[in-house]
Amino acid sequence: MATATPEAVESRIVEALASFGPDVEQVTRTATFEELDIDSLDLVELAQIVEDEWGVELKGDDMKSLKTVGDAIDLVVARAA
Amino acid sequence: MSDERRGCALVTGASRGIGAATAKALAADGWPVGVGYNSGAEAAAAVVAEIEAAGGQALAVGGDISATESVDRIFSELEERFGTVLVLVNNAGLRRDNLSPQIKDEDWDAVLDTNLRAAFRMTRRAIPQMLRARHGRIVNIASVVGLRANPGQANYAASKAGLVAMTKTIAAEVARRGVTVNAVAPGLIETDMTADLDGELLKVVPARRPGTPDEVAACVRFLASDAASYVTGATLTVDGGMSA
Repeated sequence: MATATPEAVESRIVEALASFGPDVEQVTRTATFEELDIDSLDLVELAQIVEDEWGVELKGDDMKSLKTVGDAIDLVVARAA
Repeated sequence: MSDERRGCALVTGASRGIGAATAKALAADGWPVGVGYNSGAEAAAAVVAEIEAAGGQALAVGGDISATESVDRIFSELEERFGTVLVLVNNAGLRRDNLSPQIKDEDWDAVLDTNLRAAFRMTRRAIPQMLRARHGRIVNIASVVGLRANPGQANYAASKAGLVAMTKTIAAEVARRGVTVNAVAPGLIETDMTADLDGELLKVVPARRPGTPDEVAACVRFLASDAASYVTGATLTVDGGMSA
């Protein structure tokens, strides 16, 4: 399983979110999922990717509290530590 | 299946009856098929042999799917051999008929566990990969009894009506990813499972004959195909007019 450095997590999460539709330049730490048109099903997919890459399990309640790209990155980095 | 798509189909309860016919039909469409079984290892091996003899690919995958560990193992075995499960047919089911005052808790639980809970667990395990693949077909084998009363089957009817409701809900959740979820609701079909039924039920079948497993499998085959890409959340009755 890959090491979850903050840089690695950020780069993989940005890549994953961009694959759901938004341009990669739009996917900044402060961008909200609402702005990016990232929906709940996208976040379920993101959770699966995060679990596969770093073994970090994100539950439904975790996902509901996420508002921005930065929130997601910080949560994964904290959980993987 | 499309040539560029690598993946497989999984049919639960495929050692006989509707499941076996469905496994063969999907194999004929080019899908490598997981032939799910619980107690019928020999019968499942015979279905695999028949598919292979016809030039297809198949693997028997056994286990009690009302247990989560078995669900995981079955998917892992198939993923290793054939790749992602892109078609899931939740067919495994059982009956414990009685008039309601005589249905014991264990009869209720056994029927709901196998017919409904296991189907949910299989579906939950299959969906993430289908979402990523932007393609998936889930077909739940419900029953006309989930739509229309049949005294003596409160547990079975509840499980099958539950499948219909689950089908609609999950269909709406995943529709935007190219994953469809549909149900097929067979009426009286000539299988081991219905061998003990007397002729009474036939009187309410306008077609005046029981259906065959192949007639149900043909509907599943359609719903699993690329041709059914805009059909989702539907319940297709295959009942000789019984629910009409």
